[in-house]
Amino acid sequence: MGNYVGKPVKRREDARFLKGAGTYTDDIKLRKMTQSAFVRSPYAHAKILNIDTSEAKKAEGVVAVFTAQDGCGEFGVPCGWQVDFKNGETMREPKHPLLAKDKIRHVGEAVAIVIAESLELARDAAELVSVDYEELPAVTDPKKAMDKDAPLVHDDWKDNAAFDWCIGNDRAEVEAALEKAHHVTEMEFRNQRLAPNAMEPRSYIADYDVNGDKWTLYTSTQNPHLIRLLMCAFALGIPEQKVRVVSKDVGGGFGSKVYHYTEECLVTWASKEIGRPVKWTSDRSEAFLTDAQGRDHVVKSKMGFDKDGKIVAHLTDEYCAMGAYLSTFAPAIPTYLHGTLFQGVYTTPLIHLNVTAPFTHTVPVDAYRGAGRPEATYLLERIVSKGAREMGIDPTEIRFKNFIPPFDGVEQEGYQTQVALQYDSGNYEGVLKKGLEMLGYEDFRKEQSEARKNGKLIGVGFSTYIEGCGIAPSAVVGALGARAGLYEVGQVRVQPTGKVSVFTGSHSHGQGHETVFAQFVADKLGIPMDDIEIEHGDTDQVAFGMGTYGSRSLSVGGSAIMKSIDKILEKGAKIAAHKLEAAEEDLDYAEGKWTVKGTDKSVSFGDVSLTAYVPHDYPEGLEPGLDFSSFYDPANFTYPFGTHIAVVEVDADTGRVMLNRFIAVDDVGNIMNPMIVDGQIHGGVAQGVGQALLEEVVYDEGGQMITGSYMDYAMPRADDLPMIETANTVTPCPHNPLGVKGAGEAGTIGSTPAVVNAVVDALAHLGVTDIQMPLKPQTVWKAMQN
Amino acid sequence: MIPAKFEYMKVSSVGEAVDLLEKHGFDAKILSGGHSLLPAMKLRLNRPEVLIDITGISGMDSITEQGDEIVIGANCTHSQLLRSELVQKQVNILAQAADTVGDVQVRNKGTIGGSLAHADPSADYPAVVLACDAVIVAEGKNGSREIAATDFFEGIFTTTLNDDEIITAIRFPKIAKGNYQKFYQSASRFAVVGVAVVRDGDSVKVGVTGVSDTPYRATAVEEAYAGNGDAAEHAVDDIEVMSDHFADVEYRSHLAKVMVKRALEA
Amino acid sequence: MKISIRINGKKHTDEVEPRISLTHYLRETLDMTGTHIGCDTSACGACTVTLNGDAVKSCTLLAVQADGAEVTTIEGMAKNGEMHPIQQAFKEKHGLQCGFCTPGMVMVAADILKHTPNPSEEDIRHGLKGNFCRCTGYHNIIKSIQHAAELINK
Repeated sequence: MGNYVGKPVKRREDARFLKGAGTYTDDIKLRKMTQSAFVRSPYAHAKILNIDTSEAKKAEGVVAVFTAQDGCGEFGVPCGWQVDFKNGETMREPKHPLLAKDKIRHVGEAVAIVIAESLELARDAAELVSVDYEELPAVTDPKKAMDKDAPLVHDDWKDNAAFDWCIGNDRAEVEAALEKAHHVTEMEFRNQRLAPNAMEPRSYIADYDVNGDKWTLYTSTQNPHLIRLLMCAFALGIPEQKVRVVSKDVGGGFGSKVYHYTEECLVTWASKEIGRPVKWTSDRSEAFLTDAQGRDHVVKSKMGFDKDGKIVAHLTDEYCAMGAYLSTFAPAIPTYLHGTLFQGVYTTPLIHLNVTAPFTHTVPVDAYRGAGRPEATYLLERIVSKGAREMGIDPTEIRFKNFIPPFDGVEQEGYQTQVALQYDSGNYEGVLKKGLEMLGYEDFRKEQSEARKNGKLIGVGFSTYIEGCGIAPSAVVGALGARAGLYEVGQVRVQPTGKVSVFTGSHSHGQGHETVFAQFVADKLGIPMDDIEIEHGDTDQVAFGMGTYGSRSLSVGGSAIMKSIDKILEKGAKIAAHKLEAAEEDLDYAEGKWTVKGTDKSVSFGDVSLTAYVPHDYPEGLEPGLDFSSFYDPANFTYPFGTHIAVVEVDADTGRVMLNRFIAVDDVGNIMNPMIVDGQIHGGVAQGVGQALLEEVVYDEGGQMITGSYMDYAMPRADDLPMIETANTVTPCPHNPLGVKGAGEAGTIGSTPAVVNAVVDALAHLGVTDIQMPLKPQTVWKAMQN
Repeated sequence: MIPAKFEYMKVSSVGEAVDLLEKHGFDAKILSGGHSLLPAMKLRLNRPEVLIDITGISGMDSITEQGDEIVIGANCTHSQLLRSELVQKQVNILAQAADTVGDVQVRNKGTIGGSLAHADPSADYPAVVLACDAVIVAEGKNGSREIAATDFFEGIFTTTLNDDEIITAIRFPKIAKGNYQKFYQSASRFAVVGVAVVRDGDSVKVGVTGVSDTPYRATAVEEAYAGNGDAAEHAVDDIEVMSDHFADVEYRSHLAKVMVKRALEA
Repeated sequence: MKISIRINGKKHTDEVEPRISLTHYLRETLDMTGTHIGCDTSACGACTVTLNGDAVKSCTLLAVQADGAEVTTIEGMAKNGEMHPIQQAFKEKHGLQCGFCTPGMVMVAADILKHTPNPSEEDIRHGLKGNFCRCTGYHNIIKSIQHAAELINK
């Protein structure tokens, strides 16, 4: 396609990170900056009887101590998505206060902020705040939260449901088909709660400028514009144009930094109160207690098959935790980002999913890498494999039998699912075939039966996933309850010298936008990458943006930039035609210059740029300048897909699972930079494997988190993983200009069920049919004993 | 995260450290590698008023051969142990265990004396010192004394060290054949079960950590082994087995047997 | 307390509170923010520096403990504007994404390569146990360290 696109171009952002010269929020120091510390509840559910801040206020270096009684009590952070009850009742949307006033609803909820001259003094003084609580019973399990006698998280309503929801075909019809099915496979399990654990803890600095009556908020967010909008318009009620939000280098997000958090809102408010900058950086304990978490579904599902192994119906009921309050996108996760994926890659004719979303006395749940789609994929890929085993069909054969046939979305129409979406393009059998070749399936089965004779337990597991990303048409998401549009903004500013500044509303927190975006811009304009600068993460620089999540940067953000480049080239052609004294339609644009077709007469991009800014000899009626901004609102989601294969060995004595091989064949549409796509897959797979084998947030009955540190929350370390074997097929997305689908979440979505399927495969001859995640040695060993 | 305020004193002799311990009593803590103490202080779970840094005491980080023994200074880091040729040759089981402690950075700073004094029930060394019949040398206001490893551990985070005593060295007999088997906890990488087996002719000495709140010599295993019984089956005889979210009593007991078996067979 | 530490070849003398960690001293007093805090309890390795040549977690080391020592931080790895071979290798092999764990990874890699100049994949995985990366799945970090070994041994 060009000089850069499709090549493993090395990242331009690396040098600063490698030299320790990145600028993460906590690295920023402002003049007269104060530090803050929160006083947080040790209880999951309690009445606040009294807060005494008098000692803290007197402590050394303390600038201010605020509680909900101090004005900030009136504010709360909003939810950005509304899902109403099936019966029409409006979603129950409790106020999410910046500081708890009368009641505590999860461990770690803040009751006071202490602002001091230094972090150590803030922490010292925070210990002097004395709070009297009356502890109340708590509920942390989403299913138990719907029990009749469950403690209420919010007293305003008669039960804990935030909403309920369903999608797909008529339930009775699905039930009837299951009645008649040749075979029905059932599963009940918990898709366990996970802590996102971006390595950079959240960090904020709010700086109120008294003279200008303006705020600057430095924040570790994935979407600065949305934070500004939510905070100004829906939380604090301050004029949006007076607030600048800056989010430059961010140390990983994985969803957890999408949301508008109470802490960033509170420091913004407090900065004006004290007239000085206020910084807060989370420590890891606080991150466990307050970063929005992922998953936490209790699932009951039935899948019916005909005698040939074709799926005839699929019925699922789920309880999906919301946590104590509704986080920014929380209601969308177990619904529109989850239920809409229940078709999977199969031709299932009848599908019904019913979701009940209760409040629980836990930190809120929201999108975590994959967000709703890993949960859907886990269920589908596990139940299909389980059904295959029960019916004596090979797990790959059952998939080939049920695959939606290949379609490119151009010659063949997109595939209309039973759950609202229309897939763009896909070749699901293609990725499985490729994966099987890489694996050497037949040889593996031979090896496996030999191994079993020697008491060695090895297994293989498959996952043939699809996901919906590049979220997506504003009108569609609006109809589905989103309170924001989901387009993206891309501005291309050509400087008089022909150098180019690109401003994107997408946000890079590890994805490499500074490199990849420059690659396609350079190719499209036919200029060197060195002539292009990519700017993001500053609301004063970038017109608007919806940020980065849902693998949307390239497909939506990149497309917006492409639209602006089209406008640049269109206007440039007018100037070039004038300079070349030719008609626009007689010009070709290639390699950075306009040439009159069939001649060697040409004018360079640089010359045209200079002319646009020095318009002495210039087309009549044309505005000077060469600078365009575009909003791109996609026609549809994009649908990456793939096959993930895990090969495991289980230690028969201890139950410990060793992941010996992991094969990932992903189709993410066109690939701009294969090095970066591979990197995204590697990291995604690691997180998916983490869920399968290691990770789990555990609350005890009283609502205490017993996995609130790295001593108890097991996350993949280097020796937990093998090298990851990656490959791609390419089925371009038919509806965006780059033909890309998105690669950020594929690894996480596809991998988890492959690993669990592999362990079940290794143990199947011992009668094991299912194991609850994470597959801790103890859990696996116990499954083997039963 | 920042600890509460404290006073820091770096001492250059054992006597100085002992004097300070005597003076400050419970308010003082010895700082060696700091890898258990400092995180607890940062979380403000532990708030000593005085920290006595003993890493500057000369000679306390040496590894020497003294007759039939290898004498390890209490301030030797885990890295020092695993790389020491003397340890590798004469007490290889100790080098083996040292390599399973924490990670590179922790091993570069954490010390054997610190680990033993801290007496974390899931630490690695207790199993090794028990199986080796090592001797812990402690010094206090009444001078120096030697404590047999089997008399050293008293319970969770508690030892028979007096309040005014610090460990100065650990004396290991030369061990021809030993093996340490560890089943690590996936998050902390501490031992869910750690078993050290030392062979002496036809008999074995077995130290177990991680299983109970106090590390122990699995005498039932040793006896069964001597009697040619199924020794590993006795790994938790008469032991109160710990339970947590990674390993309940049933599983931990089973793991203890598996690890004993592996260490015996290695 | 008054301390004096040679950091990246330059002597720094300051008055610090004993409770201040070396990480905190580097970041807050010296404005050397390349050393990161990921967990502050010696589990994640983002704060790794070398102390007298050995990789240590600077969050679990009081600044006063480093008095008189020789410390190298990520800022001291590049020499005369030229990146250290480990840094070069990380760039070449895409061994970083968000960059937050990267300084710690580079510093621990230096320790690994010091003791095992030709490390196997297993050696590297063993050596990286004390460092979390949430972005890369470690795959390209391992390739980077292997590549760094090649560059250094060349």
